[in-house]
Amino acid sequence: MSDHTTNTMNLTLHVWRQKGPNATGKLETYEAKHISPDMSFLEMVDEVNETLIKKGADPIAFDHDCREGICGMCSQVVNGVPHGGQDRTTVCQLHMRSFKDGDNIFIEPWRARAFPVIKDLVVDRSALDTIIQAGGYTSCHTGGIPDGNALLIPKPEADYAMDAAECIGCGACVAGCPNGSAMLFTSAKVAQLAALPQGRAEAAVRVNAMTEALKDCGFGNCTNHYECQASCPKGVDVKFIAKLNREYLKALAN
Amino acid sequence: MQILKSVVGRKVFMAITGQCMVLFAVVHLVGNSSIFVGPDGINAYAKHLHDLGPLVWVFRAGLFALVSTHIFFGVQLTLENSAANPAGYAVKRQLKATFASSTMIWTGITLIAFIVFHLLHFTARTLPGVVKGVDALGRYDVFTMVVTAFKNGGISCVYLVAMAALFLHLSHGIQSFFQTMGWNTDKTQCSISMIGKAVAFILLAGYAVIPISILASALIK
Repeated sequence: MSDHTTNTMNLTLHVWRQKGPNATGKLETYEAKHISPDMSFLEMVDEVNETLIKKGADPIAFDHDCREGICGMCSQVVNGVPHGGQDRTTVCQLHMRSFKDGDNIFIEPWRARAFPVIKDLVVDRSALDTIIQAGGYTSCHTGGIPDGNALLIPKPEADYAMDAAECIGCGACVAGCPNGSAMLFTSAKVAQLAALPQGRAEAAVRVNAMTEALKDCGFGNCTNHYECQASCPKGVDVKFIAKLNREYLKALAN
Repeated sequence: MQILKSVVGRKVFMAITGQCMVLFAVVHLVGNSSIFVGPDGINAYAKHLHDLGPLVWVFRAGLFALVSTHIFFGVQLTLENSAANPAGYAVKRQLKATFASSTMIWTGITLIAFIVFHLLHFTARTLPGVVKGVDALGRYDVFTMVVTAFKNGGISCVYLVAMAALFLHLSHGIQSFFQTMGWNTDKTQCSISMIGKAVAFILLAGYAVIPISILASALIK
């Protein structure tokens, strides 16, 4: 028996299957056989799908794109944790070496009223776009490309804004939040733009518009569980939620 | 008003009303501790309060407004949050949420039930078995009323359960106040959380020691 064979594992998957947005879904059980520990989690699902396709069954629908942990498309709750619970890791970068032979793995879609299931593990995350459209931009005329040193931004502010801008918009914060709230996502954009001179001018209008859009989209309210930060594959900090709250109170005073 | 509908504005109301009640709980505990001075301590303290006359009612109205606002927004936000996450997961592992943060509505309901009980018990004194006498100086004999009540194990238990609920509620609530008011940063978060839990524990210990010491002394005798 080769090393390759001895290292493989057999797993039991419990996957959420739902034919369409209005269909009733349920967990179905599949065997994932001869899975290499070097595979990514999505490659493992690919393998299971190959087997399903060979049998003439409907493969498991799931979102994915770059598979490099930067696009924010993959969206699976693995064993009760968005992206599988490995620190600062998207599910596409989660590897099967995190599991062991004989494991039962539960795979469910992001759950929130604002994220309706389209099919199986694919959910509609356009509500996040609606929040960005409400104010996650600057509308001031910036003219041509300025010299790099024309607009002075101190390094700590630039770093702070970059930390907030790390958000890839995957929605894990919503999926992890017991209240289905998109407050971490919203706050990351509010904080990023409020920290920079280009975004500062519209900070008050932005925070009001974006938090209203958050509510209108059907997301819940933040109750400071901080599950969002723990679920975030980019480690976006809840300090940005405090910043959003600060910006909201500042906007009230305006 | 936009603030009364906002996802942040309503939390600010929750935070400020909650924090005012924490301050009340601290002052109330300091006042209650006069029971350890003896009958003269707490009876004199109660008389001072009653002598404030209409001010007492202004204070009570203020407290009622605080509690009502906190309950109104608390229930409203909790209902919205349940509606925003209706399906739930077959398997869910909490990473950061605590028992205290997940049970705020239940500890809150326990506390409001306790407040009603406590007011009927020691303020309105309409519950059966409450001793309503006056002391030698003609003041309400609060000392005898409290000591007699807490010698009853059942009554003491009600108060201790309520104080446990208060501890859980505040161990999440106090640090939440700073986050909601936007006064938290990544550098202060850990210490604010610790301070919140410490204040909650001091209040638990301070309040619980009254029924426990009375019950213990009754049992020893």
